[in-house]
Amino acid sequence: MLWLRRLGRSGLSFFERLGRAHLFLLAVIAGLPSLLFRGRLLLLQLYAVGVLSLLIILVSGLFVGMVLGLQGYNTLVDFGAEESLGVMVALSLVRELGPVVAAWLFAGRAGSALTAEIGLMKATEQLSGMEMMAVDPIKRVVVPRFVAGAIAMPLLAAIFSAVGVLGGYLVGVGLLGVDDGAFWSQVQNKVGFYDDVVNGIIKSVVFGVVITWIALFEGYDAVPTSEGVSRATTRTVVHASLAVLGLDFVLTALMFD
Amino acid sequence: MAAKNKKLDDVLVKVRGLSFSRGSRLIFDGIDLDIRRGKVTAIMGPSGTGKTTLLKLIGGQLRPDQGAIEVDGQNVHQLHRAALFELRKRMGMLFQSGALLTDINVFDNVAFPVREHSKLPEALVRDLVLMKLEAVGLRGARDLMPSELSGGMARRVALARAIVLDPMMVMYDEPFTGQDPISKGVLVELIHKLNTALGLTSVVVSHDVSETAAIADYIYVLSGGKVVGQGTPDELSRSDSAWVRQFMNAEADGPVPFHYPAEGYVDDLMGGGQD
Repeated sequence: MLWLRRLGRSGLSFFERLGRAHLFLLAVIAGLPSLLFRGRLLLLQLYAVGVLSLLIILVSGLFVGMVLGLQGYNTLVDFGAEESLGVMVALSLVRELGPVVAAWLFAGRAGSALTAEIGLMKATEQLSGMEMMAVDPIKRVVVPRFVAGAIAMPLLAAIFSAVGVLGGYLVGVGLLGVDDGAFWSQVQNKVGFYDDVVNGIIKSVVFGVVITWIALFEGYDAVPTSEGVSRATTRTVVHASLAVLGLDFVLTALMFD
Repeated sequence: MAAKNKKLDDVLVKVRGLSFSRGSRLIFDGIDLDIRRGKVTAIMGPSGTGKTTLLKLIGGQLRPDQGAIEVDGQNVHQLHRAALFELRKRMGMLFQSGALLTDINVFDNVAFPVREHSKLPEALVRDLVLMKLEAVGLRGARDLMPSELSGGMARRVALARAIVLDPMMVMYDEPFTGQDPISKGVLVELIHKLNTALGLTSVVVSHDVSETAAIADYIYVLSGGKVVGQGTPDELSRSDSAWVRQFMNAEADGPVPFHYPAEGYVDDLMGGGQD
């Protein structure tokens, strides 16, 4: 019977936490108008979650594109279709790899930092201190980070895809001798703006919102100890990565059926 | 009648029948407290008696299971969020850790509540902040980051921040804990001086007997969820209550037992760890 009790308790605890996470999201959404008067806070957070994530996005995007170029060429050349390398690299990146890999990197780089920052603010009573100074920490701390995450993520995914295509170009055209004109003209002809680019942007916006929500909630809900913050940070990366994969499947099924 | 009303108005914080539990642990069991205007009232008691919890209840950060807390005639836990925040603008709180915002310097920390709640020109904010920093002796430290401050300095900065909006009351959560004797002396002096000079009402939560007794006008001693003693420092020092005597004289054993509840010592040893 003990296992049944434990199962029941962990089930209840899961749903209780899920409820708290949604109430947290509602409070954040209700606090969005307050950001209209706090543009500077948004800019600071765009720098922290966006600009500071640029390097890892640029480097990863370049290498992912280069590997795609190499692997794609080795497969396509057997069928004499190496001129299609550009479209293969571009579609892979714009539809899937750009949003998904950028989202993972974003969760690892910016998401974990957000959780640790908010969790430590809670552990050091900074959030309580704000409340006692009649300052709402949701509006002052959480909302600017949430909006910055939702804005930064699609931009980072776009940069990731663009740099990735460039990486594929460098390897395919520069190293393996694929025709320059064929590479770009195929990309131009086969990559649709609405079907591919816009859908990729929609995916990355959804990923940005979900990752930032998870990261901020985990920090806000963290047990205020060093171990609690450490666990919350780990949970952010694991939950956000899994959520990105699950959502990617759902969105892909809806967009490209 | 007028005299009676005046006496009632003298009470800034009124706690009545307060009960509060954390899980199955009862922290407060129907306690009554009065915090008088313009006085330094100390809440004392052994660690874990819920002194900090009491401040959080007074500040509306926690809700009681039963009972009521009135601050300046307003029932804290019946206020809407906006009204509660209005009330909190008139309540300063000094956290045990200082709770300074770690990403901004001393000046910006003290200016934080002013900038959040007013549209004062920056020149006026500067003057206001420098006046408060001067009052705590840290005007010269305005450009330091919180990580560059000692524990005592951090609490003094937090104190400057707590009084920057000229509140009607300040709550001090363990202000002397972990401080060296000089810092303790500075904080004792500051709390006393600010209370008198600014006409504040101060609530000091502490278990440092000598420092607190030196500045408190009235002391409540809490233990086991009850008020086990109350009075002026002089009255408490002469108290014949075993609880109060144990606490004020720092006796290791007494009503607050030295041993955490456990099974019999001999049985435990003879059991050989067969749990």
